[in-house]
Amino acid sequence: MPRNRGPALMHDFGAAFASAFALIATADAELMEVIGLSLRVTMVAVLVACLIGLPLGATLAIARFPGRGILVVLTSALMGLPPVVVGLIVYMLLSNAGPLGVLQLLYSPTAMIIAQTLLVTPIVASLTRQFIEDLYGEYDELLKSMGAGRATIIATLLWDARYSLVTAALAGVGRALAEVGAVMIVGGNINHLTRVMTTSIALETSRGELAFALGLGIILVVLSVLVNAGLIGLKASAQRRAYA
Amino acid sequence: MPNAAPTLEPAALQADLGAATPVALPMPAVTLDGVTYERSGKPLLDDLHLEIPCAGITALMGPNGAGKSLTLRVLAGLIAPSRGRIVWHDERICSARDVALVFQKPVLLRRTVRANLEHALKIYGIPRHQRVARVGELLAIGRLQDLADRPARVLSRGEQQRVAMVRALAARPRVLLLDEPSASLDPPATAMIEGLARGAADDGVKIVLVTHEAGQARRLADDIAFLHRGRVVECGTAREVLDRPQSREASAYLGGLLLV
Repeated sequence: MPRNRGPALMHDFGAAFASAFALIATADAELMEVIGLSLRVTMVAVLVACLIGLPLGATLAIARFPGRGILVVLTSALMGLPPVVVGLIVYMLLSNAGPLGVLQLLYSPTAMIIAQTLLVTPIVASLTRQFIEDLYGEYDELLKSMGAGRATIIATLLWDARYSLVTAALAGVGRALAEVGAVMIVGGNINHLTRVMTTSIALETSRGELAFALGLGIILVVLSVLVNAGLIGLKASAQRRAYA
Repeated sequence: MPNAAPTLEPAALQADLGAATPVALPMPAVTLDGVTYERSGKPLLDDLHLEIPCAGITALMGPNGAGKSLTLRVLAGLIAPSRGRIVWHDERICSARDVALVFQKPVLLRRTVRANLEHALKIYGIPRHQRVARVGELLAIGRLQDLADRPARVLSRGEQQRVAMVRALAARPRVLLLDEPSASLDPPATAMIEGLARGAADDGVKIVLVTHEAGQARRLADDIAFLHRGRVVECGTAREVLDRPQSREASAYLGGLLLV
């Protein structure tokens, strides 16, 4: 970048911020559409990931079976799964030549939800296993001495770990919201169809539409801060009431 | 889990005891017949024979590592012995709800006191419409009414143990196993716990109490089994064992000597 662009960039930066806040303040329709889709894809993906990850994590925490150790290592390792690799795999599965091509889901919000679910499920499952395993160590003898069956034990553990499990879900929300690689590959960043905050920021930045990109960036950062504040607040509240 | 039906007949027991003529022996609540529990090849319970009377309070005493708490866990069905049998003689003892266990360190759920009791009643299969009334009774028994809606884990240790005690009584068990329930409690809290134990015994619940304290055994126990290195070395009434111990181990322990 040429050195003499410095002052101009500073000016651009300030103007971009001003425009960004104007877009947010006026609830720009395009901006809201992108934000809405982002939240919808993220929430559905996290919901599905919780439906899979919570029972999977709880089972890994209390069940003993051959191959459990491998599954535990696998779920922990998959927490750091590169999004572009997930995007590539989902792309290959959903493309016309892939085994699920007949469903015609590529470049749709559903494809993005599938990709994000694959990214978030290991996070929810692994954190759930850790939380439930700790709690199970504490409750195990008590519940067994009371004659509780496996289903009752799992239900008790999930309920008593509920605050911790919400933090696992919120960690998943954070991951899904900030994710760009996988949704870009399987969603295609199509305007009015699969364009979400992160892919939109990438596109608008490359087109020089800094105000729009910055507006989305500000919203994304605010959401991220809110999610983390929620995490911290929830944990503190639960600890204060001895529920964590 | 306790056995559903007794397999050791009273008559056979009398024969084992060598009675020439049948004597009206009180039927024991439970017989531990050659119970051995090994971990890493080391016997922690070593061919343990014990008959626990069907009424009153039986104290299991002995030094650390004698196998007292392990015996309670075997009785509670939490640990399966490596060898030997546990025979419950009361046919009414047929499920986990009939034998309740209170741990030395109270384990309470991350819920309110009331919710802890309700959860126990639910596990014990008490119908929903009976739970509210029973919770009220239990809170009254433990003098916990004022604490009912507080999170159980913020209570003092003594209050927590009272919750654990009444929770164990929730399903009206026939046997209550207490593993040093007043360890590290102050005298008022200890008195409350002992009052609950004595009250339950008076209501016909068989109590098996693990304790280190000769004073507590004297206050509560009707009979005592003294364990050392996973074996019963002496049994008798509380007065006999505490005042005139016959075994070298019990004499040394009760005399304040270190048993090694």
